Amino acid sequence: MIVLALQDIPWALGVAHVLLGVLGLSMVCAALRLLRGPSLPDRVVALDLLVVAAVAMAALLAWVYRQPALIDLAVLLALTAFISTVALAWFMERSRP
Amino acid sequence: MAAVWLITALVLAGLGCLLVLLASVGLLRMPDVYMRMQVASKASTLGAALVVGGAAVGLGDGPAVVRAAVAVLFLCVTMPVAAHLLGRAAARTGVPFSRETQPLELPEEARRDTPPTA
Repeated sequence: MIVLALQDIPWALGVAHVLLGVLGLSMVCAALRLLRGPSLPDRVVALDLLVVAAVAMAALLAWVYRQPALIDLAVLLALTAFISTVALAWFMERSRP
Repeated sequence: MAAVWLITALVLAGLGCLLVLLASVGLLRMPDVYMRMQVASKASTLGAALVVGGAAVGLGDGPAVVRAAVAVLFLCVTMPVAAHLLGRAAARTGVPFSRETQPLELPEEARRDTPPTA
């Protein structure tokens, strides 16, 4: 399949950068909940959403800068997010009062 | 014909970014850990899958598409499991529910103020 390069079309490149900004805004919202969250599960959920937004951002950066290796970064981030969430849930159940 | 693929990729990525933004706004606005978890896990899974799929369509070469498919599959398998584990841990450690929740079929630990000793 023949796909036009994103870099050859200025408006498409602009749209992609706006999408990167939208992802950054959602990361800011998740970071606010991470700082504010009253309980530990709140913070873990915020961290999870932060990493998922980072996965999306890595995939988008791979497209914008034509670096397909960055998709590997997305896979790795998803793996790390799952392992850390499971570990934190296990830690919470183990250390209940 | 090539422009069609570019537009498709942009639309997919745009929808995905919108879903991730909605998930984070819901994370800020919802009153309860459980509601926040429900918003964040489902909407952000679909959003990230759409963005990764859009990037794969936009890149358009074979290995990148395969790796993006692996990433999407992995996200769709692991995110519900992680959310379930986290919700169970929150309910068992006695994180309070919102006042609008009717806790009918929840474990005893979640209804009481002080969780019993295991």
